Amino acid sequence: MSEAVHPGASPVPVERAAAREASGETRTQRDTDLPDAELDRRLARTWGRPAGLVGWLSSVDHKEVGWRYFVTAMVFLALAGSAAMAMRAQLARPDAGLIGPDLYNQIFTMHGTTMMFLFAVPVMQAFGVYLVPLMVGARCIAFPRLAAFSFWVYLFGGLMLWIAFLLNAAPDVGWFAYTPLSGPQFSPGKRSDIWAQMITFTEVSSLAVAVSVIVTVFKHRAPGMTLDRIPLAVWAMLVTSFVVIFAMPAVMLASTMLILDRLVSTQFFNHEAGGDQLLWQHLFWFFGHPEVYIIFLPATGFVSSIVVAFAQRPAFGYLPLVLALVATAFLSFGLWVHHMFATGLPQLGASFFTASSMLIAVPSGIQIFCWIATLWGRRPAMATPMLFVMGFLVIFVMGGMTGVMVASVPLDLQVHDTYFVVAHFHYVLIGGAVFPLLGAFYFWYPKFTGRMMSERLGRWNFWLAFVGFNLTFFVMHVLGLMGMPRRVYTYPSDSGWGPLNMVSSIGSVMLAASFGLFFVNALWSLRRGVRAPSNPWNAGTLEWALPSPPPAYNFARIPIVTHHEPLWKERESLPVAHGLAVDEREILVSTLVEARPDLREVVPGSSIWPLISAIALSIAFVASIFSPYAALWGGALVGAALLGWFWPKSSHEDEE
Amino acid sequence: MKTRLAVDLSGLPPFGFDNRSPIWWGTLGFVAIEGMGFVLAVGLTLYLKHVNPHWPMDAAPPDLLPGTLLTGVLLASLWFNRSADKAARDGDLSGTRLWLVVMTVVGLATIGLRLWEFNALNVRWDQNAYGSCQWLLLGLHATHLITDVGDTAVLTALMFTKHGRGKRYSDVSDNAFYWSFVVAAWIPIYGLVYWVPRW
Ligand code: HEM
Repeated sequence: MSEAVHPGASPVPVERAAAREASGETRTQRDTDLPDAELDRRLARTWGRPAGLVGWLSSVDHKEVGWRYFVTAMVFLALAGSAAMAMRAQLARPDAGLIGPDLYNQIFTMHGTTMMFLFAVPVMQAFGVYLVPLMVGARCIAFPRLAAFSFWVYLFGGLMLWIAFLLNAAPDVGWFAYTPLSGPQFSPGKRSDIWAQMITFTEVSSLAVAVSVIVTVFKHRAPGMTLDRIPLAVWAMLVTSFVVIFAMPAVMLASTMLILDRLVSTQFFNHEAGGDQLLWQHLFWFFGHPEVYIIFLPATGFVSSIVVAFAQRPAFGYLPLVLALVATAFLSFGLWVHHMFATGLPQLGASFFTASSMLIAVPSGIQIFCWIATLWGRRPAMATPMLFVMGFLVIFVMGGMTGVMVASVPLDLQVHDTYFVVAHFHYVLIGGAVFPLLGAFYFWYPKFTGRMMSERLGRWNFWLAFVGFNLTFFVMHVLGLMGMPRRVYTYPSDSGWGPLNMVSSIGSVMLAASFGLFFVNALWSLRRGVRAPSNPWNAGTLEWALPSPPPAYNFARIPIVTHHEPLWKERESLPVAHGLAVDEREILVSTLVEARPDLREVVPGSSIWPLISAIALSIAFVASIFSPYAALWGGALVGAALLGWFWPKSSHEDEE
Repeated sequence: MKTRLAVDLSGLPPFGFDNRSPIWWGTLGFVAIEGMGFVLAVGLTLYLKHVNPHWPMDAAPPDLLPGTLLTGVLLASLWFNRSADKAARDGDLSGTRLWLVVMTVVGLATIGLRLWEFNALNVRWDQNAYGSCQWLLLGLHATHLITDVGDTAVLTALMFTKHGRGKRYSDVSDNAFYWSFVVAAWIPIYGLVYWVPRW
């Protein structure tokens, strides 16, 4: 234990001290002897950003970037939700004429694409960018400018998609854009190109965030935060980031090949010239199934945090919970073919993928048992975050059960492309990710804003969502078994599907109302909410040691971690490290496994160049939809912007 | 929350090499991403080859000379690359400058050879799926050549200014690490592009 409390206590080698002496570094002001108020004042000056619009656009503070990610993702949630409501309005009655087939195709594609790529993944990244540095006790995220850049790239990609929708050029080939439908022969015009390029934008951004998060967890943990003291939510973000790194290149490569087929007539997916349509499906689902876990794994991290805080005891089975995350990540790569059972794969292959699809239920089961065991015998206060966790457990288990059902080939063939599948994946996505997400938002909102969200509105929010969700989607199982196919813009009245569709649409109005309440609550509480103390839930992880909202520099002095719920272990006062510079953005770099202090490094500050680079990249991406030469001059443009980014502006600056 | 001082960090050094440095890990992250891209590109080429038993379909295999020459230059460059790395680790400014200049020139030469390679493929990208794969593989690798040569050129210029000190040495070392990856990634692609069609 004493080793952990004094992880950096080893004496400093003489030559290091001599090197410091020689480089004149002794002049820097260090925090050691500064009184607290003075320290806060000087750190705020060093870590703050310039005021004004340019200052705002130049921010590389991970909390500002993370918050922008949230707000943007929520706007896309509202847009995709509106698209869903339009579909439910059209489908409420048979033979309805609100929306024609062409527009309907665009709308369901926009809904699916926006929900997956512009809402669900980025909103999880938002938590990663905002919370991971706080939870590991760091002053900032690794590569702060890269994180800022990733936000702008994401924003511009989303804007491109929705502007195209307004111009009647939205993709209309479904969220997975199967070839040959999306290829040059069956989709002339620019719609599929918009889809493919939107993929490129969002994947660049996710990959950048994944690298930042991984390096933050590996190298910027507070002293003493050994691997077995990393908070579960951070483990979840870390494992997710690895899944991103290995899954997303597949879809980027696929969408690039699709655009090449469409723009310069390569033949990757063209059967006539030796290409293969199924190749698209392999590449897409190699990414697409892990994608579901990219959304789900961070959500399990939220659940762990909330359950532990509300049970007021450390997680039961820390190690199994971590191993379950890792196992899920590995298995998620063995599953892609289950989306392709209907394509007539060889028998043995299909059996293998059935087995691995069923196997993935095991780690999920372990997680659920650990959470229940953590809560066992406790009487957690049923505040809104906890309500959403309960809702998650119920809905997710149901979604998992239908999941195990469709993992078997004969059943899958029966319900393939029906509303049964639509019901299944909304149970998993909304139950497994959106419910924990809303819970997490209620949970961390006080940290983000310094105010509590309204509990009363929160309870209404939850119950409306729970009832509305089940009404909307439960009946879709039945509709699917009755044979209603997905992606149809209407259906005849003698099909008998009318009444259940009406029920579903009514449910969706309740669900939409619940999201409305959520937005009202979030906005209202921003000004009117009760002031939040620094640790309203009496939780144990490091972010709760900070004021709400945290200052630009996060920790005035880097905490020293002695337990995986450090605040519960050190109730009186927190041991901290000192000796970092206060007039430069200096941070602590620690070792990978034991988190021993290793280096002091100066990190780059605010800069407008990430935004300029993102603009250059966006010009290149959008222009290359129209001309292959844009890849050349656009590349030069991006190169020039990156030069501006990396070239040091003063002799002081040590840039990324 | 109340705090108490426990550990002094002021004696820690301001930068380090290899896995001590965050940038090294960042580079490794991008190497993993791009490595995955290469693995997938190789995989899909083999997949399409499996679908089309006559590989190179109706085209002639590529001329061996430019690609083999490039492979030779890349392998030789590893030595210069190591020298740059070593000079940086020793904090040897003139050595670092020298080897960075050499690496920039060699890098430019590899880009020139790559252009020649495209001309000697004996197939257009739009001729058939085989041609598309050949162009994809060479193109994907070419973007890496260009990125790293650009990066090397900028670093070289920096080392001739007043910024050429301190942490910059570990940047040089990370850049050298990335180049080794670019070379390593080429070897299987060389086999796939030049020898598999001759099998
Ligand atoms: C507000 C609640 C929601 C409602 C009422 C809703 C409704 C629907 C409906 C009716 C469809 C089927 C369209 C068709 O096949 O014709 C659909 C498809 C889909 N939904 Fe949702 N949805 C909601 C939320 C979500 C969320 C939160 C996600 C993801 C995180 C999501 C992801 C998808 C995807 C990926 C598709 C498939 C699109 C395609 O076929 O290409 N939905 N949704």
